[in-house]
Amino acid sequence: MPAKGVDFRMNVGAPVTGSRSEAGIGVTLSGVARRYPARRGADVVALEDLDLELRAGEVLGVVGPSGCGKSTLLELVAGLQEPDSGSVTVGEESDPAGRRAACTLMPQRDLLLPWRDALGNAALAIEATGTPSREARARAEPFFERFGLSDFEHARPAALSGGMRQRVAFIRTLLPGRPLLLLDEPFAALDAITRAEMQQWLANALAAEPRTVLLVTHDVEEALFLADRVAVLSPRPGRVVAELDVPLPRPRDRRAAVTDPELARLRARALEALS
Amino acid sequence: MRRVVLSGLLLAAFVAAWAWLASLQSVDDLTLASPGEVVQAFEDDWSLLWDNAWVTLTEVLLGLAIAVVAGVVFAVGMHLSRALRDAAYPLLVGSQAIPIVVLAPIFVLAFDYGIGPKLAIVALICFFPITVNVLDGLRAVDPEQLKLMRSFGASRLRTLRAVELPAALPSFFSGLRVAATVSVIGAVFGEWAGADEGLGRLVLLGNNQLQTPRVYAGVVILTLMAVALFALASLAERLACPWNRKETPV
Repeated sequence: MPAKGVDFRMNVGAPVTGSRSEAGIGVTLSGVARRYPARRGADVVALEDLDLELRAGEVLGVVGPSGCGKSTLLELVAGLQEPDSGSVTVGEESDPAGRRAACTLMPQRDLLLPWRDALGNAALAIEATGTPSREARARAEPFFERFGLSDFEHARPAALSGGMRQRVAFIRTLLPGRPLLLLDEPFAALDAITRAEMQQWLANALAAEPRTVLLVTHDVEEALFLADRVAVLSPRPGRVVAELDVPLPRPRDRRAAVTDPELARLRARALEALS
Repeated sequence: MRRVVLSGLLLAAFVAAWAWLASLQSVDDLTLASPGEVVQAFEDDWSLLWDNAWVTLTEVLLGLAIAVVAGVVFAVGMHLSRALRDAAYPLLVGSQAIPIVVLAPIFVLAFDYGIGPKLAIVALICFFPITVNVLDGLRAVDPEQLKLMRSFGASRLRTLRAVELPAALPSFFSGLRVAATVSVIGAVFGEWAGADEGLGRLVLLGNNQLQTPRVYAGVVILTLMAVALFALASLAERLACPWNRKETPV
């Protein structure tokens, strides 16, 4: 039985990982192409001639139709894949190990381990690089209160609602303190109401824990609400067909965003670029 | 509760059918002892049965322990090394095709009359289900999960410890349950090939000496042993993998 009635507002206190006015790191992709061998016929071209730049501390939303190579894009930046041509640079690093060390990935499915409690799951990313379990859990604990998960530290994932599981996954993503967060459709699996609540929650969380963020989503409104800039990708092979600046300060308010004329105008442009 | 009643009813029906069959004129007393005669054998030969049951249980438990250690080590090795997996899988399957009945006397020749050959045979039989299940469990981990661990910067061994081994625990217990039930057969084969104590030997001797009720009493104990080991493995799984508990009917 998933727990309900959780307070979604959070106390925006000082960041636990240390406040940095210029938090984050720049990312540059230039002329990136990635092909996969097909079982028969020509190769599948996931990305072609892709140029994309993230400034340090910026939240960039990437929207595109299904199969436009969004996941490939994230894995390239994350250092899990190498481009067939072109270059991917995170900060000063262009080799995959260096890129891996600069970012943390938040996958589409939360991928929480069912045998670990929420605290243990949040601690997993820093345990992965050798932090002893006890210390890792102690470092994860303050986030639970700040992010509206008090009293759920010892709950197993099966006892948590979808929104709570994503918040645990987000704490897991933040804890290593790496400057770049790669979010892969983080709320795609949630129902519409929870998704709206989680978008507001993430906007506030990113204000409290400023990082460079690459947010991949198929939801134009989500991208416009959360991001400083939105890049629209074409169907496969993916390339950037439009870039839209969102000239509103963050964090934004969900209810105000719904009726904001500027956002409505941007939304129309993004949808036009998508079609 | 319902489960207990239902299985009790079926057991009672089985014993009743057994008693009826044994009471038929056309069934030889030497072929089939009646339930009453078996109970009588339990009363008469209690200490004999008990002492020999201990011997067999010891062989079973030690053999199982060897199989668990060897099976887990082998499965993890095959999981980590593609070359080892490709090379060893045919041998692993082949090890189960060896007729244990043929092998047992050779083991006795090699390891002499003591507990050694029994442990070897029990371990050889139990090793397979444990290895295969653990290997399957390790390989069934979501590739996205492994990719995530890689992106966190986890080493191969840390991913194994934090993700793959816990994920394979339920599979390990599935293998252990199968191994627990066949382990008793292994011990009996081992004793038949040459032993001076144990339930398997007692059953064999009883057969030769036409003590049919005692043979059946021995078989009942061996059966109970297998059932108890199975139940213990299931209990251990429930305690070790509380997250994996299936909805059990109350």
